[in-house]
Amino acid sequence: MVALSLTRKLAVLADAAKYDASCASSGSEKRDSTTTGGIGSTEGSGICHSYAPDGRCISLLKLLLTNFCIYDCAYCINRSSSNVERARFSVEEVVQLTLDFYKRNYIEGLFLSSGIIRTPDYTMEQMVRVARTLRETHLFAGYIHLKIIPNAAPELLAEAGRWADRLSTNIELPTDTALEQFAPEKRPSEIRTAMARLRGKLDETVEDKKPSKAKPPKFAPAGQSTQMIVGADKADDAAILTRAAGLYSGYRLKRVYYSAFSPIPDASARLPLAPPPLMREHRLYQADWLIRFYGFDVPEIVSGGEAGHLDLAVDPKLAWALKSRQSFPVDVNRADRELLLRVPGLGVRAVDRVISTRRHHRLTLADVARLTASIDKVRPFIAAADWSPGAMTDDARLRQRLTPKPSQLELF
Amino acid sequence: MLSVRLEKFNDFGEWRNKARQLLAAGMNPSQVVWRVGAEDSGLFEAGDDMLPQPDGPIGSVPSQFIDLARDVIQHADPERFAILYRMLWRLQSEPHILQNAADSVHQMLAKMASAVHRDTHKMRAFVRFRSIIVEGEERYIAWFEPDHYILEANAPFFTRRFSGMHWAIITPYASAFWDKDNLRFGPGGSKKDIPAEGAVEDDWRIYYGAIFNPARLKVSMMKSEMPVKYWRNLPEAERIAPLIRNARQMEQDMIARATTQPPARHLRQKAREVEAPEKTEQFQTLHDVSEAVDACRRCPLYEHATQAVFGEGPPQAQVMFVGEQPGDQEDLQGRPFIGPAGQVFDDAIKNAGIDRSRLYVTNAVKHFKFVPRGKRRIHQKPNTGEIQACRFWLDLEREFVKPKIVVALGATAAQALVGKAVSISSTRGRAIDLEDGAVLIVTNHPSYLLRIPDPETKAREREKFDADLMLIKSMMQTLEK
Repeated sequence: MVALSLTRKLAVLADAAKYDASCASSGSEKRDSTTTGGIGSTEGSGICHSYAPDGRCISLLKLLLTNFCIYDCAYCINRSSSNVERARFSVEEVVQLTLDFYKRNYIEGLFLSSGIIRTPDYTMEQMVRVARTLRETHLFAGYIHLKIIPNAAPELLAEAGRWADRLSTNIELPTDTALEQFAPEKRPSEIRTAMARLRGKLDETVEDKKPSKAKPPKFAPAGQSTQMIVGADKADDAAILTRAAGLYSGYRLKRVYYSAFSPIPDASARLPLAPPPLMREHRLYQADWLIRFYGFDVPEIVSGGEAGHLDLAVDPKLAWALKSRQSFPVDVNRADRELLLRVPGLGVRAVDRVISTRRHHRLTLADVARLTASIDKVRPFIAAADWSPGAMTDDARLRQRLTPKPSQLELF
Repeated sequence: MLSVRLEKFNDFGEWRNKARQLLAAGMNPSQVVWRVGAEDSGLFEAGDDMLPQPDGPIGSVPSQFIDLARDVIQHADPERFAILYRMLWRLQSEPHILQNAADSVHQMLAKMASAVHRDTHKMRAFVRFRSIIVEGEERYIAWFEPDHYILEANAPFFTRRFSGMHWAIITPYASAFWDKDNLRFGPGGSKKDIPAEGAVEDDWRIYYGAIFNPARLKVSMMKSEMPVKYWRNLPEAERIAPLIRNARQMEQDMIARATTQPPARHLRQKAREVEAPEKTEQFQTLHDVSEAVDACRRCPLYEHATQAVFGEGPPQAQVMFVGEQPGDQEDLQGRPFIGPAGQVFDDAIKNAGIDRSRLYVTNAVKHFKFVPRGKRRIHQKPNTGEIQACRFWLDLEREFVKPKIVVALGATAAQALVGKAVSISSTRGRAIDLEDGAVLIVTNHPSYLLRIPDPETKAREREKFDADLMLIKSMMQTLEK
């Protein structure tokens, strides 16, 4: 076999990595390189250094160490039965690329994943070595996200957490049945056990805040996340969100990423080869947000749609409100925070502003309009000093009026 | 009309100094024009040299205003100095305007500050360094065109991040230089000052193309986050047009292409894999059972639990304790009775003089049943169907361990062992014969003790629990004789 050039490897192994949606580089500890003389910093929120024409942020150098894989997961471009071009980086090559890109301010850091070669332990050990080299040899203080191979040894997980900001284990599919069907070598309980182990490690770092105790060793300060593929199997949105809520509650995940199943080169015949369900993915992210920050639970969110699926035409909060009109209008001058958060069109920031401003004077509809991006969606659901929606809230045509016009396709 | 002259475009200290003089002199904002740099004064404007220098503070403002002003001063709008002074003037009589998010001047300032923040953020994102070798040392140099006067306030970000690099950032109005020790500023420059770079920039363009998914084309999203005005200084931007042009074709090709034959490597690997033995439920040892339980699909609880939690203890233990189901901690760690209820249990058996290492401890139901509530999982009682389904495993444990004494902790365990719902009050405190010759003792689940709010009742129930354990202890002693 002819050795591939570094550039060719980069093309192959970045292409192989792009189906992992996670690109976040936020939420880690605050650190920089002023005292070390190295390079790198993380200051809370991450930075998107570029955007690809798919509208997705490019924040981390997202690579696979190798796309050779002994597993044969039907949905994956790197499954062993696929004919994609294969490549493998050495540890030093990934380290050098990361540093070269970081020094030019192209990236916030590295997101390294890998196909499984030889054994899970061997693969994990190689990935850990990349992270360790960056940190120890090159005093790299940028962001590192490592993918966890579910059944790798616990010592390797512990070391991964020592060097990385974030760790992630992909749940892959919303139900165990689907995972067993499409990823015969993966065990759902092994994946969840890996998440449980990470949670155990993460819990250790927050317990014992007493000053007398020695600080526990650092472990993945940006926590753990996971990804679920949407649309490859038959699971409905209720199943997807229930799975997500279970994962958030059990393993303290920072994020669940939803990745619309997208056609891949040399795809398996067992999967739907159709354009990815991007709107469905978008609605799931919105629903996920409502569950985490707006006090909604899964059955409420799902009740806004039909037959276990979210409404694709309107956002899930509006969909819920349209079916729960008895809860409206909400008086912006009196209602507590919890209720205000349920008003379509009012986000967390708008609600904060409403609450701080109404201490000084009663809010009119025009005041509310100034505090939010668009008043149209809000108007039917609130009462203000000079405004009552009257019969508008119960108008049968309300849904139709608030449904965004389908946007025109972009032409090239 | 009074003309106030500032030397710098964005120096908050300089502006504050002048503003304090104006305020001390009682100058109404409508009587003041602000001029910056070499800008000409109007014909009828008086200079500001006559303004008295106040000694000490001349009033107070909320700290929120200072923060806002530090940002707004960097804005490119020539009116920024005047708008800030107008706000400062109003704050003297209306100290709370800044809490009124609906006030129009406040909104204007907030909007200007947020434009500065956005520009600052985009600079952190879109500065692109190029590497050159100067006197044998690698140096990094970047050209950036900000919308506002943000370089000075933003440069420390780059020193924190690239402290081990020798770098310069050139903008049209000023430049910043870092030599690994000191940050200094100089005059502006031009794009021509920046040399070309080869290989790494090429690799970056390769990466940019490879990470793009043609099946998800969303150009407007890209443009809103990475406005076209920045493209001329981004090396990857030349790839955008061809990537968009070919996207549809690439997507359709992927969809249209027929499935190929797996590569030989894959077929060889498959051939090497020994066919897994057919799953039978014929178990030779307790260990076999414990290996099989994780794949159990007899009820739906496996779907959200982490793992099945099997019993633990000597395979020939004389005493078996059966709880309800694993809790949060048990589910995470895969071992029975290690969470809060497990601690009550450990404490109680220790009091009774029972050694846990001699007990076989398990649960009636092997998977954790819960409902998610934010970041917590709330325990749910297993229903009859789930208890019934899981008896398969409990019966196997009893068959292999053959305990002489079986202890049901709580109603669920009792139901699983007796085969029907029984109340604890009617069965506790006496030995009940089981069909396989063992005897059953029924008592409360230790988590019941944790949930009693009233301390008196709690103490009373704990006594009853302890008494049950003493009974078990004495039965164990009898067995040993």
